[in-house]
Amino acid sequence: MLKDITLGQYLPGDSPVHKLDPRVKLVLTAVLIVMLFAAKNMCGIAVCAVFCVIGFAVSKVPVTLMIKSLKPIVALVVFTAVLNLFFVHSGEELWRWKMLSVTDEGIRTAFFMVSRIVLLIIGSSLLTYTTSPIDLTDAIERLMSPLKRIKVPVHEFAMMMTIALRFIPTLIEETDKIMNAQKARGSELDTGGFTDKVKGMIPILIPLFVSSFRRAEELATAMECRCYHGGEGRTRMKQLHTAPRDYAACVLTLLFLAGVIAANILFK
Amino acid sequence: MSMIRTEELTFVYGEKTPFRKVALDKVSLEINEGEIVGIIGHTGSGKSTLIQHFNGLLKPTSGKIYVDGEDFFADKKKLKEVRFKVGLVFQYPEYQLFEETVYKDIAYGPKNMGLSEEETDRRIMDTARLVGLTPEQLQKSPFELSGGQKRRAAIAGVMAMEPKALILDEPASGLDPQGRARIFDMLRRYHDEKNNTIILVSHSMEDIAGFADRILVMNEGSVFCFDTPPKVFSRSRELEKIGLAVPQITRVMNRLNEMGCGLGDDIYTVKYAEKLIRQRLEGV
Repeated sequence: MLKDITLGQYLPGDSPVHKLDPRVKLVLTAVLIVMLFAAKNMCGIAVCAVFCVIGFAVSKVPVTLMIKSLKPIVALVVFTAVLNLFFVHSGEELWRWKMLSVTDEGIRTAFFMVSRIVLLIIGSSLLTYTTSPIDLTDAIERLMSPLKRIKVPVHEFAMMMTIALRFIPTLIEETDKIMNAQKARGSELDTGGFTDKVKGMIPILIPLFVSSFRRAEELATAMECRCYHGGEGRTRMKQLHTAPRDYAACVLTLLFLAGVIAANILFK
Repeated sequence: MSMIRTEELTFVYGEKTPFRKVALDKVSLEINEGEIVGIIGHTGSGKSTLIQHFNGLLKPTSGKIYVDGEDFFADKKKLKEVRFKVGLVFQYPEYQLFEETVYKDIAYGPKNMGLSEEETDRRIMDTARLVGLTPEQLQKSPFELSGGQKRRAAIAGVMAMEPKALILDEPASGLDPQGRARIFDMLRRYHDEKNNTIILVSHSMEDIAGFADRILVMNEGSVFCFDTPPKVFSRSRELEKIGLAVPQITRVMNRLNEMGCGLGDDIYTVKYAEKLIRQRLEGV
């Protein structure tokens, strides 16, 4: 049952979006977020929407997946919509019931806020759909490297992230094994009610912790045996290169950013 | 009387996915009460999948399984009972230890059975004696014990449920020769006293050869053969063909036979081989 968990949501492919330098993708996603928050009216939001649609179309990520990525934030979206709908009091009143009132301005704001959140999620999920977690960590490390000057251990953080990602499947497998072993001793995991299930967690979590510590120690020893000594002077197996398509993507994104700014100025 | 019986047991991993794999293919067998059965097979031959059916951890894709004559998948309440009737010790069982003291850890199984304090205590003391743990060791944290002691404590945790059948998956793997010997001595003692069914899964023919009444050889999800050790090892050529190493002494005797000694092809213990050779030498 644990094997059904998918790790991250990376969807391998070879579209131009997949092939973009992960650093560029990361920065461009940040630019998209700036765009979304810079947009002051629906026109600006529409420009951002076109940008996201182009991104998805080029990446060939199925539309169903795009919708799936919105699932976890349904509650947030509904909450934002309701809040804006009823608590914006400016504008023409369209409907009233005791304390509650809806204005045309309220509807507009609600729609605006909801599309902003939805685009935010869609845009950033495009990044995670098309970039493997390892590439992403690599990109973060490179982008953060200037922070090394002020003694932030960037490489160490990136290494921790990589190791954490690497060990998720191992830990899932381990959990499965321990669960089976405790079930064989009659723990109520697949039978029994809720309280029994909660009680059954302790005999699983403790061995899991113990084995994680053991693994961590073994890995640390193995790394030291191979003369790992941190980031100083290490070369990489996988070099990141920027290609013409990366510049093209940057230019395209800047054009859209300009579009958003233009929309802000033109449609006051 | 039969303890565990399967009828055309089939298990498929990842049904309806591209990773579909038939792990067990129509396995029919019968294991008797009080019998010691050894299961050998290559990695991926279905040994572990098979034993996880015996206590209901896995549900067969098709086919039937009876423990003590009962089809426990038919009744959900029976599922918990069967876990206590058939005790399963996984590979590296020491990784499942979690309590503050060894005593409490062994008590986990009996407590899940809903036994009284006194009965639990009696069982713990009894199994501790069987596996060779001292009362002082029982009060220690399981993480303070040595590797071999941890292993024995973990096995005790399953034995204390007093299952009618005890299944052990590679109980001696990763231990030094002395540790291995202690595990097998312990199992031998356990069987002599309780006369319960023991099912032993192993890669090592040597371990199983001198221990089991019958040997089940698995190959690619099917039963290759299920017979007494002499009969199984008389097919050593075929065993080698499916990638299983026969005991060294069997190989030595086979070679001697090839050289024309004619000592028989069903020899799998050093003692027996020694006896035969001595007879031959003295007879000449």
